[in-house]
Amino acid sequence: MMDLACSVLQQTPLTAGYWALDLAAGKIADAARPGQFVHVRVPGLERASLRRPFSIFGARDGVLKILYKTVGRGTAEMSQLRPGDAVQVIGPLGNGFPLEPQGVPVLVAGGFGVAPLCFLASRLRRKGVLVVGGRTADDVLAVEAFEQMGWPVHVATQDGSRGETGLVTLPLDRVLAELKAQGQAPELYSCGPDGMLRAVCERALAADCRGWLSLDKHMVCGVGACLACVQNLRRPDGSTWIGRVCHDGPIFEAREIVW
Amino acid sequence: MQDVDMSVDLGGIRMRNPVTVASGTFGYGKEYAELMDVTGLGAITVKGIRWQAWPGNALPRHVEVPGGMVNAIGLQGPGVEGFVREYMPFLRTTGVPVIVNIWGTSEEEYADVARRLSDVEGVSGLELNISCPNVKEGGHAFGTDPRTVASLVAAVRRATRLPLLPKLAPNVPDIKVFVRAAQEAGADALSLINTLPAMVIDIEKRRPVLANKVGGLSGPAIHPVAVKLVWEAAQVATVPILAMGGIMGPEQAIEFLIAGATAVAVGTANFIDPSTSLRVVDGIAAYLRRHGMRSVRELTGSLISG
Repeated sequence: MMDLACSVLQQTPLTAGYWALDLAAGKIADAARPGQFVHVRVPGLERASLRRPFSIFGARDGVLKILYKTVGRGTAEMSQLRPGDAVQVIGPLGNGFPLEPQGVPVLVAGGFGVAPLCFLASRLRRKGVLVVGGRTADDVLAVEAFEQMGWPVHVATQDGSRGETGLVTLPLDRVLAELKAQGQAPELYSCGPDGMLRAVCERALAADCRGWLSLDKHMVCGVGACLACVQNLRRPDGSTWIGRVCHDGPIFEAREIVW
Repeated sequence: MQDVDMSVDLGGIRMRNPVTVASGTFGYGKEYAELMDVTGLGAITVKGIRWQAWPGNALPRHVEVPGGMVNAIGLQGPGVEGFVREYMPFLRTTGVPVIVNIWGTSEEEYADVARRLSDVEGVSGLELNISCPNVKEGGHAFGTDPRTVASLVAAVRRATRLPLLPKLAPNVPDIKVFVRAAQEAGADALSLINTLPAMVIDIEKRRPVLANKVGGLSGPAIHPVAVKLVWEAAQVATVPILAMGGIMGPEQAIEFLIAGATAVAVGTANFIDPSTSLRVVDGIAAYLRRHGMRSVRELTGSLISG
């Protein structure tokens, strides 16, 4: 974990409201593992504004990529950043996804939740399947990156504007059924809205496979000090404890989470 | 760089420089150890501890507001034994004085925690949390009546010889009454201010944003309020003052010292820029040099009025 001044290399508008930000992040990018996040002090906000946490979309050769959506003041200011601007970044933070799947990796993304999964796919030694959902076609991102890596991609949108119509669980259940028919065990990885994570959690339990869920909670310090982003968790022996999503997570195994 | 003397004695806590961190904003020190040199602090003040482990409040526990944030963490903590076992080993390695913020729901609980910490190596002082707005019993309930403050401080005084710093509530009609009550009951120093009770409403949902409904406002928004209270408290205080509230850089810390504080604590700014506290140390030293002062103690209470 480091706190570095990073310079903006590129700001790319994606579909409506979504952006990809490339930062010259040096050692943060070199140390980053899939599932970890960075805590960004957004220039342009007032001085007392808190940092904003973002999943790592990609990290290679000192370049850190963030995929984000403008949802409030912080991300609106972030979208104003231009090449050469300096941004203070703490990272890499959090535990990250395990990279040794016991089965076929099935990545389940909702909206910009695809960001850490795209980074994960680039580092997994084993090819898997991406199942991605969004409200509309505009909320389905990074599909091309997966296709370039040779991953099969299944898309579902709630309004039917891309892929099949409905929730991501439609293609997910089909993929899981196909794997089962082939006698292959899946390993689930997921990032997206809470409702989707719960659905993935249920499927991990039903399929008796591991499910790695990336939780998203509002954070303050990002390093485990303030206790703003806590989550009730369960140990294998059934006892419970209070974890910090920023420090003990953001990745938890499906069985750990007390919903 | 030791051309100026930065050392202070905060009611028996000997600090290398006058800068610590505000309880609850720095965890137990080790959370920030990778990001900054925690040994550069004058003291480390850790998050509030009661006798038993405590789960804190439901989420959301914080909300950002102009000029700072409102939090209602609710004093989640590992309990005194958990703290001593899990966190003191690291804290001892820093060689920096450790101030433990303690709380309870009864005088007996405060006294028990104080007694337990009395012989723990590395613990240099106890900050009595009598003003947390986020727990129903304890905390704030003790801090807004001078008689209960006096009684509580006296009870803890009987339980320990460690330096005691009651942390005073800002939302009282006359801070001087509380200053007198605390020091007459045996306080060695005073810590002020705690967060200001506050509330934020989500207008679309017409619900409080915080699960606890109300919380404590911190950040630069409260700094002028804190300066005024520290200045007033200093007029009647016979013991040193540890001042906090909205320090974002050296300037606000220097204001507190001029107003009468012996030491200062950086709080919310730790979340935004973890290097703030060390920048404050350097900034105070630079200020002293610039003004031809040899010791930070010359700055304390140096306000020119009239």
